[in-house]
Amino acid sequence: MKLLVAVKRVIDFNVKPRVKADGTGVDLANVKMSMNPFDEIAVEEAIRLKEKGAATEIVAVSIGPAKAQETLRTALAMGADRAILIQTDDEVEPLAVAKLLAKVTEEEQPGLVILGKQAIDDDSNQTGQMLAALLGWPQGTFASKVELSGDKVDVTREVDGGLETVKLSTPAVVTTDLRLNEPRYASLPNIMKAKSKPLATKAPADYGVDTAPRLQTLKVAEPPKRSAGVKVADVDELIGKLKTLGVVA
Amino acid sequence: MTSLVLVEHEGGQVKDATLATVTAATKLGDVHLLVAGQGVGAVTEAAAKIAGVGKVLAADDASLAHNLAENVAPLVAGLMASYDAFVTPATTTGKNIAPRVAALLDVMQISDILSVEGADTFTRPIYAGNAIATVKSSDAKKVITVRTTAFEKAAASGGSGTVETVTGAGDKGISSFVGAELSKSERPELTSAKIIVSGGRAFGSSDQFHSLLDPLADKLKAGVGASRAAVDAGYAPNDYQVGQTGKIVAPEVYIAIGISGAIQHLAGMKDSKTIVAINKDEDAPIFQVADVGLVGDLFKIVPELTEKL
Ligand SMILES: Cc1cc2nc3c(=O)[nH]c(=O)nc-3n(C[C@H](O)[C@H](O)[C@H](O)COP(=O)(O)OP(=O)(O)OC[C@H]3O[C@@H](n4cnc5c(N)ncnc54)[C@H](O)[C@@H]3O)c2cc1C
Ligand SMILES: Nc1ncnc2c1ncn2[C@@H]1O[C@H](COP(=O)(O)O)[C@@H](O)[C@H]1O
Repeated sequence: MKLLVAVKRVIDFNVKPRVKADGTGVDLANVKMSMNPFDEIAVEEAIRLKEKGAATEIVAVSIGPAKAQETLRTALAMGADRAILIQTDDEVEPLAVAKLLAKVTEEEQPGLVILGKQAIDDDSNQTGQMLAALLGWPQGTFASKVELSGDKVDVTREVDGGLETVKLSTPAVVTTDLRLNEPRYASLPNIMKAKSKPLATKAPADYGVDTAPRLQTLKVAEPPKRSAGVKVADVDELIGKLKTLGVVA
Repeated sequence: MTSLVLVEHEGGQVKDATLATVTAATKLGDVHLLVAGQGVGAVTEAAAKIAGVGKVLAADDASLAHNLAENVAPLVAGLMASYDAFVTPATTTGKNIAPRVAALLDVMQISDILSVEGADTFTRPIYAGNAIATVKSSDAKKVITVRTTAFEKAAASGGSGTVETVTGAGDKGISSFVGAELSKSERPELTSAKIIVSGGRAFGSSDQFHSLLDPLADKLKAGVGASRAAVDAGYAPNDYQVGQTGKIVAPEVYIAIGISGAIQHLAGMKDSKTIVAINKDEDAPIFQVADVGLVGDLFKIVPELTEKL
């Protein structure tokens, strides 16, 4: 079975985002960018399925600027076999990303498409579900365990009340949650090897997908700031504060 | 403009998240509800009593028993011919179903709204809540998930909605429910608790997490939360996680103990009314958002606090 993995280049999770003074967005100039953490988990899961013999080939796809090549090279260094960059400098919304991924899926015919549950920049949490809808495939979202057996896949999902397991027929879409696995670091030799793995560059137009945005961002502002309060010296003083707050009688 | 709100329910009861979602939808115009599930008679009755609700659509079928998105989304998409917006809470159920509906309708979902600024304009958090975007949708129909902490709950009684039965397309036959391992707890649910005590990696073990935090939570009648690090380390189950990618909470009082205050954690709790932090590192970022801070060793402070309360 072939696996398709979607990886997005986003601000590094360790960087504190700053809103631009003109209110048009978040300042990404000279900011460290990385693979979306949930997508690292997606790549790792694909590699583990291949290592177990459940999958034969891993194709990583990214939609974004030329620099998203770096993100794809990271996926290749981790263990993906080849990569496709759908290159554009425009911002592409989840719906359009899902449409592009649906086209790639029709071409590649994978048994599973694995995505992150959420991109940590737009925090949309929708691309995987949209892709599944467009393909008419089942979806195992927020996965903390993925088990392939025959033409079925059991996905354990992190839900508000705990965990839930669903059985899906393949082909299917899976989106990863934090505890699915711990992604590996690429070794130096693998980083070198990744440089010669195939990376195809395409344009949204090659797939005939209209990527015009449906949402217009009118303004981006800083959230209301919380100011630091007071420090108390000991537990008695803390309880005093809790009393004034009415938390304890 | 009329919105269709998906009712989230459990054990025959409407969940609080739905009530906040109704308030958000009311800001767009009339509100109808959809109750999907198996044996939904009692929930449907309860839903019809929610203040401000015009109509309740009840879809009762075995294929809808477990909120499988593959079966619920086509039902909703079919109903949307008569509605202008589909609105769900941004719970794991809502986040699973709404985008599937959006794609079937060919519209771009507006996730996690904090406010309704106009019929097509909303605010929503991005970058772990470090920025708030005001977005305007050009889609004819809106699909929206709601950050429930940002809206007051609608009254659960006083309404007199009419009930109508609807049928879906049945089982798509591509997915099935196998089972669930739900956390059982006598404590208040995180998203509706008035007080939350939350523990981090500093607790060091599951035993210490529970032997220290549970008695404190009992005294305060509080819910118990955790940082990702604490959940990853197995001190607490996944549904305790508060943060950008866990639960978003806004209690009256949030007490963070042995939690550093990473932006991903702050994203889930910084709208709490009062934040109390206990941490041995006086420079821990959590103190930058805490109203009350106590620097010290939790292994001394927590037992003393519990005893003196
Ligand atoms: C994609 C992504 C999503 C994430 N989502 C979330 C999320 O939803 N929620 C979340 O919480 N995190 C999330 N994280 C993780 C986040 O970045 C932090 O790693 C995590 O919050 C740290 O948890 P912590 O504060 O418990 O641990 P640490 O950062 O290790 O902090 C432990 C704290 O305990 C203090 N301490 C140690 N010993 C004692 C003692 N004896 N007494 C008192 N204090 C003590 C230390 O001073 C320190 O401040 C996410 C990360 C990524 C990459
Ligand atoms: N531009 C993109 N390129 C590749 N994958 C993407 C892109 N945008 C979103 N995705 C995938 O969809 C997931 C969810 O993103 P989102 O719906 O934007 O929160 C991400 O974790 C990625 O796996």
